[in-house]
Amino acid sequence: MLIYELSLATVVCINIIQAIGLNLITGYCGQISLGHAAFYGIGAYTTALMAKAGFPGPVNLMAAMLLSGSVGAVVGLTSLRVREDFLAITTMGVGFLFLGIVRQQERFLGGELGISSIPSFGLGKPGFFGLTLILVILTAAFSLYLKKTWMGFAFEAVADDEDTARVLSVNVSAYKLVAFALGTAMAGLAGGLYCYFARFIVPDDFGFITSISVLSMVAVGGIGSVYGVILGTVLLTLMPDFFRFISDYKLFVYGALLFAVMRFAPEGLAGLPALVSAKVARTGGAP
Amino acid sequence: MNVLLDVVDVTVNFGGVNALQGVSFQVRDGELLSLIGPNGAGKTTMLKAITGVVNPQNAKIRLDGRDISRMPTHRRAQLGLALTHQIVRPFRSMTLLDNVTLAAGHQRIRSVFRSMVAVNRDPEHQKAAVLLQLVGIDDHAGQTVTGQPLGVLKRLEVARALALKPRLLLLDEPLAGLNHIEAERLADTLVQINARGLTVVMIEHNLGEVLRISQRLVVLDNGRKIADGIPDQVMRMDEVRAAYVGKEKQHAAS
Repeated sequence: MLIYELSLATVVCINIIQAIGLNLITGYCGQISLGHAAFYGIGAYTTALMAKAGFPGPVNLMAAMLLSGSVGAVVGLTSLRVREDFLAITTMGVGFLFLGIVRQQERFLGGELGISSIPSFGLGKPGFFGLTLILVILTAAFSLYLKKTWMGFAFEAVADDEDTARVLSVNVSAYKLVAFALGTAMAGLAGGLYCYFARFIVPDDFGFITSISVLSMVAVGGIGSVYGVILGTVLLTLMPDFFRFISDYKLFVYGALLFAVMRFAPEGLAGLPALVSAKVARTGGAP
Repeated sequence: MNVLLDVVDVTVNFGGVNALQGVSFQVRDGELLSLIGPNGAGKTTMLKAITGVVNPQNAKIRLDGRDISRMPTHRRAQLGLALTHQIVRPFRSMTLLDNVTLAAGHQRIRSVFRSMVAVNRDPEHQKAAVLLQLVGIDDHAGQTVTGQPLGVLKRLEVARALALKPRLLLLDEPLAGLNHIEAERLADTLVQINARGLTVVMIEHNLGEVLRISQRLVVLDNGRKIADGIPDQVMRMDEVRAAYVGKEKQHAAS
């Protein structure tokens, strides 16, 4: 029983890292991405291949971050050309492109069967959970720190109105690329951790559904708010496990939640207290 | 006086429409110049071409002798061009103070990597507070942008542009939408700013204020320059009257 809960907690941690990464791109810098799972996947495949080749765990995780972040920066280049809905479609395309490659490439990436018998990280289950927990704390702390820096300030300006930011001397292109590189590097880290957690990966783990799930976690928690995103990720990851009947309808529930948040509380769970207090103030406390 | 901005042969086409056709003019260091002309003359397009927001088909633009024609907008801003928008564009997610603070921190955000390790915003907050005071909206500093009257937002645009410590301030209809008293007050502020040594180029339809504060006028009509000189002489030219006053009468009649 404890093993099960430990596994669940590890998955929550991995998802939080992935969601915080997406939050950096979408929440901080205002760039939508529907292909985040591709970078999660790049991290996982990099780690799997390197682990099987005998490289040590920490090196593999670093490599996963580096490779995902580099590819992320290249994909970020598209955000310089297209905006908003077009960027959404382009990043979605990147997600499918990744899937197409890993599905077709049988010799190195295992095709549909994926990669199995990946060596363990070597810490045991509790130890590995401890590692992911430490990495969650580091990622969240870095993200909170970034918000306070001038970089975070510039991200805010880009997210708010990039044309005005440009006139105010902000190098919008450079900031977007950095946001993509950092956010996708975090996804790569999450992918690497997932690879060591599952020790067996298949293309479907990194499909469009995963991208949408992460986006739901970010949006439900509150786009831009680190604490909100953590809360949203914990809720959405645990919900299907606590309420078994949801599991079969997971996507339906995520979709409904995403819609409800966008329609009724665009700032997500993080914005709820303000929303409620505003409503109370408007109605004078009357029900 | 030195030439600060040298604009040579600017041509901008939007599809089949010639917004500007071979317009040239110079701005001297320290002057307050107004760019006037009827609606659709190409004035806003000219300011956008100077800042690089619009890409001209043909243009040679020099700032302080340096060719900036092919530079991206943020580079031109770093070299000292500041633009205020005709339709105000504040960052709506920020307070008034933060709007100006970001611009005041232009040195801090210049290098992406250095911006990652810079946290302290106090000096820029202080600079921003001084500028808000200069334009007379310091009592709104901590408030959000939403719900602010236009007069405040117009002043915010000016304060934000000044925070860039520009060599040249480009103002697109800073007085539009303000009532008589507000317009006069902001015009006085602009004169003060200019008197401190900042060169100003202003597009403005409020002819009364334009003639009161401008040292020189450039008149555009239908994408061409039709006059350039000191206000009294320019306003006496027949061509200017025909283009400007004549059309105003037509507008009034219709």
